[in-house]
Amino acid sequence: MMQSKFWWRSLQDKVMVGLAAGATLMVLVPLVAIFGYLVYKGIGSLNWNFLTQIPKPVGETGGGMANAIVGSGMILLIASLIGVPMGIGTGIYLAEFGKKRFGYLIRFTADVLNGVPSIVIGIVAWSLVVVYQKHFSALAGGVALGIMMVPIISRSTEEMLLMVPQSLREAAWGLGIPQWRTTLSITLRTASSGVITAVMLSFARVAGETAPLLFTTLGNKFWNFNMNQETAALPLQIYVYAQSPYDDWHRQAWAGALILIILIVISMSLVRMAASRGVFKGGN
Amino acid sequence: MLKQMNGPLLKTKAQPNSAGPSPEEPAALVPRRKFEHKSSRFADATFRYLMLACALSVLAIVVLIVRELILSSALARHAFGFKFFVTQVWDPVSGDFGALPFIYGTLVSSLLALILAVPLSIGVATFTTELCPQRLRSLLSYVVELLATIPSVIYGLWGMYVLVPFLRQYVQPFLAKYFGWTGLFGGYQFGYSMLAAGIILAIMIIPIVTSITREVMSAVPTAQREGVLAIGATRWEMIRVGVLRNARTGIMGAIILGLGRALGETIAVTMLIGNRPEIAKSLFAPGYTLASVIANEFSEASDDLYLSALVEIGLALFLITLLVNIVAQLMVWSITRGSAQRATA
Repeated sequence: MMQSKFWWRSLQDKVMVGLAAGATLMVLVPLVAIFGYLVYKGIGSLNWNFLTQIPKPVGETGGGMANAIVGSGMILLIASLIGVPMGIGTGIYLAEFGKKRFGYLIRFTADVLNGVPSIVIGIVAWSLVVVYQKHFSALAGGVALGIMMVPIISRSTEEMLLMVPQSLREAAWGLGIPQWRTTLSITLRTASSGVITAVMLSFARVAGETAPLLFTTLGNKFWNFNMNQETAALPLQIYVYAQSPYDDWHRQAWAGALILIILIVISMSLVRMAASRGVFKGGN
Repeated sequence: MLKQMNGPLLKTKAQPNSAGPSPEEPAALVPRRKFEHKSSRFADATFRYLMLACALSVLAIVVLIVRELILSSALARHAFGFKFFVTQVWDPVSGDFGALPFIYGTLVSSLLALILAVPLSIGVATFTTELCPQRLRSLLSYVVELLATIPSVIYGLWGMYVLVPFLRQYVQPFLAKYFGWTGLFGGYQFGYSMLAAGIILAIMIIPIVTSITREVMSAVPTAQREGVLAIGATRWEMIRVGVLRNARTGIMGAIILGLGRALGETIAVTMLIGNRPEIAKSLFAPGYTLASVIANEFSEASDDLYLSALVEIGLALFLITLLVNIVAQLMVWSITRGSAQRATA
């Protein structure tokens, strides 16, 4: 009796371990499929024109997404100008002053904000900026993405600052350095690799966002360097081209997707390098 | 300790915690004050208020989101009332709007995604935390993280040109042949369907569910595992009794957080679900979600009522995800004591 039961239990063990390993393999399949196909399709479609030209009129082959790449850069710059200082400031507040109930409220709000669907943030940016300005603009898209960056940066910054040993702060105070100086030049500086990680993470996260840009920056077929004008953005262009009926646009969508993923993977790898080299090993 | 560090007490209080509970003598304050620059107290206060302003802005953003959604949807809310959420008509031309097909599409595609993603995610989390060799562990977690960094639009692109043709050619005929009797797999096999949306959503939420599950599983004390092993359990019994059972609230939280993500996911779903506001039993039929209808129609909405109906859909989406996220956050917090954020970010 005992023997047969052990046989059953050991079989059960093997089956479940096998299932767990199988699940891992199954999750790797779409990853490999997506990256493989992306590289395969993207490399073939990528050329110099794609990186230097703006879209050709409908029906003509050729042209590129240069304006979209620049536009994305502009939107991300606006987003960073809004999101990074606010995010880091909130993180500093939470880590250095936010021990009371109010801190928990802010923490909770940041988590709520992190969970708000990006399309809803798009609506809000639309009603705040587009309706007010009466036209679509890169600024509106930047505001939407900036809002999305804040909770990601603030919560990670807080975590990184809390990892700085208390004795460092105390040493600074002991030397008579005022608290603001201590926080900025000692605490934040010590945690800088972690904070940069947080910023890059949030950057990678919003760089590929399409939904909030749909009705804020709208897209543009031409060059635009004015932040108050409609602007092309890489993810937006991919979205439009993917759904178009033209083969040449599909090709360009793949090339754009490859550029986008390369940018994101590079920033993610920098994050990982910073996290593993820095003083603070991330929370993973 | 930190909250005491403002005002003139700053320097005297800044002694190591371990110095003991003895309070500073007031006398110590007097000589210290001489060295304190007048400006530093002002600068400290300014700095503090600046940081507070940043923190308050987070609060303000959320309040602003709610306010804008409520204000901009006023027209539709007054025109349709609660009927908006239970009627099926979506007719911009005659100005008749009901959100039921979108709510249905959102719920069904997200639930389908959960059904597909949860077993896989728990499997991956179990494998990486309990079973796989140490060296493989960080590689696997990196790979799963990579899956999380792929933008939605790239999932959509891949879905349109790889997943949908694959479904149409192989999966849908197979399901129709062997499981057609359930009624879930009937009708035309376009490829663009609730099924395609559910699969892509599953791939997209696996990283989130996995990383939080992994985190709550690592939070289970090793002593639990050792205890169960010591009474002669197999590895699987150890995982089931020692780990999964202890981490179940957190895992539930991870699942609900994944649900929150799936509910609000826009672009990939819009590209794959077929975008037809109908309620159909078959998973092969095209559907429509709350987020996709906003994405597709918002910039084309011609009149105010139409626009405000779309904003009301946004409001509904916001409230649903808010509720789901709060529940999930509380469940994860109860296990990991507030450190769930890194996993989701």
